[in-house]
Amino acid sequence: MKNKTVQSPEKTAGTVSPAAVTRREFLKRMGLAGGGLIVYAGFGGAQAFARAARTGYAGTNVPVDFNAFLKIGTDNRVTCFVGKIEMGQGPITSFAQMVAEELDVLYESVDMVMGDTDRCPWDAGTWGSLSTRHYGVFVKEAAAEAKGVLKQLAAERLQCPPERLVTREGVIFDRNRSGSRLTYGELTKGRVIERHLEDVPALKPVSEYTVSGKPHLRRDSREKVTGQARYSGDIRLPGMVYARIVRPPAHGARRVSVDTAAAEQVDGVQVVRDGELVAVLHRYPDVARQAAERIQAKYVTPQTGINHETIFDHLLKNAPPPAVAGQAGDLQAGQKKAATVVEETYLNSYVAHAPMETHTALAQFENGKMTVWASTQSPFGVQRQVAQAVGLPAEKVRVITPFVGGGFGGKSASAQAVEAARLTRLSGKPVMVMWSREEEFFFDTFRPAAVVKIRGGVDDAGNMVLWDYRVYFAGRRGCENFYEIPHHREQVYGEWRIEPGIHPFAVGPWRAPAANTNVYARDLHINLLAAAAAQDPLEFRLRHLKDPRMRSVLEAVAEKFGYTPARPPSGRGIGIACGIDAETYVAVMAEAAVDENSGAIQVKRLVCAQEMGQVVNPQGATIQMEGCLTMGLGYALAEEMRFDNGRLQDTNFDTYLLPRFSWVPEIETVIVPNTALPPKGGGEPAIVCMGGALATAVHDATGAKLLQLPMTRERVKAALQNRKRA
Amino acid sequence: MIEAISFTLNEKPVNLRVEGDRPLLWVLRTDLGLTGAKYGCGEGVCGACTVLIDNEAVPACQVSVAEVAGSEVRTIEGLVKNGQLHPIQQAFADHDALQCGFCTPGMILKAYGLLASNPAPSRQEIIDGMEDNLCRCGTHVRIVAAIQSAARALKGGRP
Repeated sequence: MKNKTVQSPEKTAGTVSPAAVTRREFLKRMGLAGGGLIVYAGFGGAQAFARAARTGYAGTNVPVDFNAFLKIGTDNRVTCFVGKIEMGQGPITSFAQMVAEELDVLYESVDMVMGDTDRCPWDAGTWGSLSTRHYGVFVKEAAAEAKGVLKQLAAERLQCPPERLVTREGVIFDRNRSGSRLTYGELTKGRVIERHLEDVPALKPVSEYTVSGKPHLRRDSREKVTGQARYSGDIRLPGMVYARIVRPPAHGARRVSVDTAAAEQVDGVQVVRDGELVAVLHRYPDVARQAAERIQAKYVTPQTGINHETIFDHLLKNAPPPAVAGQAGDLQAGQKKAATVVEETYLNSYVAHAPMETHTALAQFENGKMTVWASTQSPFGVQRQVAQAVGLPAEKVRVITPFVGGGFGGKSASAQAVEAARLTRLSGKPVMVMWSREEEFFFDTFRPAAVVKIRGGVDDAGNMVLWDYRVYFAGRRGCENFYEIPHHREQVYGEWRIEPGIHPFAVGPWRAPAANTNVYARDLHINLLAAAAAQDPLEFRLRHLKDPRMRSVLEAVAEKFGYTPARPPSGRGIGIACGIDAETYVAVMAEAAVDENSGAIQVKRLVCAQEMGQVVNPQGATIQMEGCLTMGLGYALAEEMRFDNGRLQDTNFDTYLLPRFSWVPEIETVIVPNTALPPKGGGEPAIVCMGGALATAVHDATGAKLLQLPMTRERVKAALQNRKRA
Repeated sequence: MIEAISFTLNEKPVNLRVEGDRPLLWVLRTDLGLTGAKYGCGEGVCGACTVLIDNEAVPACQVSVAEVAGSEVRTIEGLVKNGQLHPIQQAFADHDALQCGFCTPGMILKAYGLLASNPAPSRQEIIDGMEDNLCRCGTHVRIVAAIQSAARALKGGRP
């Protein structure tokens, strides 16, 4: 391994980060006064670009500024810098495991710095179950590169051929002379060693792992159980004020007048106005709120006639032309072969992210530089947006991401950070914007309402021969057909992104976007086809499946459940769903009881099997599965945003119902081992099954078809009525 | 109206001159600099701001500071003793009974209030007692297990 000269960003081919800083400035930020080894995230150059493409990470616009993955200090502590953020999903633990593994240091000696745009390598955002699957590759390679450099230095210092050197727990020693040893810190003392990660270093084989693949408890628990963990709303600056922004009563409402005089009379209040932005500032958030309530604002709200009941017709009428996500054979031929055709339309309501921490940001403008502490899933996205909004170059904006109190996709958008930055410029004071729960619901980027139409057919022998699938506005993720069906087509009418003029408010990515809707509709429909063919739903699925990964999770979940076959509806209330998300395979079995008088569904048992390639932290992966199943109870059973003419009807947790303790059954999970594959996604997959698993459980219990999520008591009772009529 | 209000906070006396009708939550978070109690809903329907008032778990957003005059208030910051986690905190950490951690202080104090009134709750009593505290990450099964193990660690004693 030869040392490479570090090129300045200006001389390196590739895209220069908008926030590029000088090398001298960057080393200062890194705190390398006493010496140390630093491995840069070398996105520059053709090789690095190829690596980025290979891992699927940031195909375009990869910066080549001085940004490091790793620092090894003279105190033997290792710092790992990542542009990802910690919102509960656990990378603060699993990245540290990856570093410890490849660098041969103690897990406890690794510190994590996350989501700080001044110190961490660029990253688009924390979403898509990509942290381990894509970003983890870079982290491991940086650690392996650092270990190679340390070995090279040790070979010189210990006068020993490199192949005789052994690394263990942050120490390098000569295997023939055990007294001949140096710590990593001793090797880096007194000089700054810089390496640009370009070549792909050899990584450890999984068989040699001792840290990765072993269960680790969360490393941030002590801070979080003592109240010491800092979230954006917990940062305090001298002279800071809280903002209360004047908001419209409905989406689409236009303000025609605003009178702030009464608010301005409140002691200590400052009212600021900049175009549409009108805000009350006060050193106490509760006083700012009270003062803002004294503001008289008049609005004109257009009558759209769209509400949570008419929305589905509106969506179908305004659907864009479809994109074909997959097809084989010929639907007409399939129709001819089918002895029974089942055709249904499935509906999904708008669902909120509802993280417990509302969107929050504190902004400070000092010495020409803006610093923003933001609860966001995209610190570098916020940096760009803030820079544009307040007219600063990106390198004059630093975004720091403290602990984030839940995101689920909803903090991919972070308008509160821009609001805080603007108000700071206007007022000359540090400003905290902490959305109220009502604002959080109002400005959420909801999971879109959606429609799925499926026409499926089975032949005389009980084989699926026809699958005609159309999804409107949920999006394509998870709609692909993985069953052996000779004649099928999947068409996608609109994605989950904002489709201009369609939705009454903002929509966006909601944990495993699109897949929850698609898997729900597919699995209920598969069960209806199994019922039509008088077959057990598990056997029906397996007989149409060749993919060994999908078979493995279905077989594993059935074994853990202790499943015995029966034709649906069997009266037992057992549901099943399976899917592929973030390259992970997952299957869920649910057992539920339905109270036919009240329409209430009580989930009695949930079992989940997941095959996700190598698993860095089995404990963390298990908890993500449990969290997905629990959160998924909400969109399956209760969560929907009701609205009329852009006015939201559910603006707090009294009517927008999140899963509660009494809803949650015992949960059992199985990770199906597969170390032959690199790590796949873990934060989202298991949630995709919950709508399908519970809708099929209700069907199995009662024969009722729940064609709309969430399965509220009223809808259950209506479906039971329809069953009797049929 | 500015009032002189005194109470005990985490076993230390506090004397404030403050508007008496201000919510305890914001007085804790701003005047007193204790940020462990979180804002989640502002209407007492999520439990993120739960604190103990005379050993009873209460949403701090629904209590005015004047109402706690003369009371003993305990927040999450007051649970660690001599650097040692309280058995409920320890159980939450041991069970990984948290993800994002935002609801965690409220959950722990709600559990404290539960165990203070019922030192040996059944599983169903834990579920019933915790029902009004919300967790979006879905750590419920681990929280129930943590409270069960904290109750065992306390050996039937009050927290």
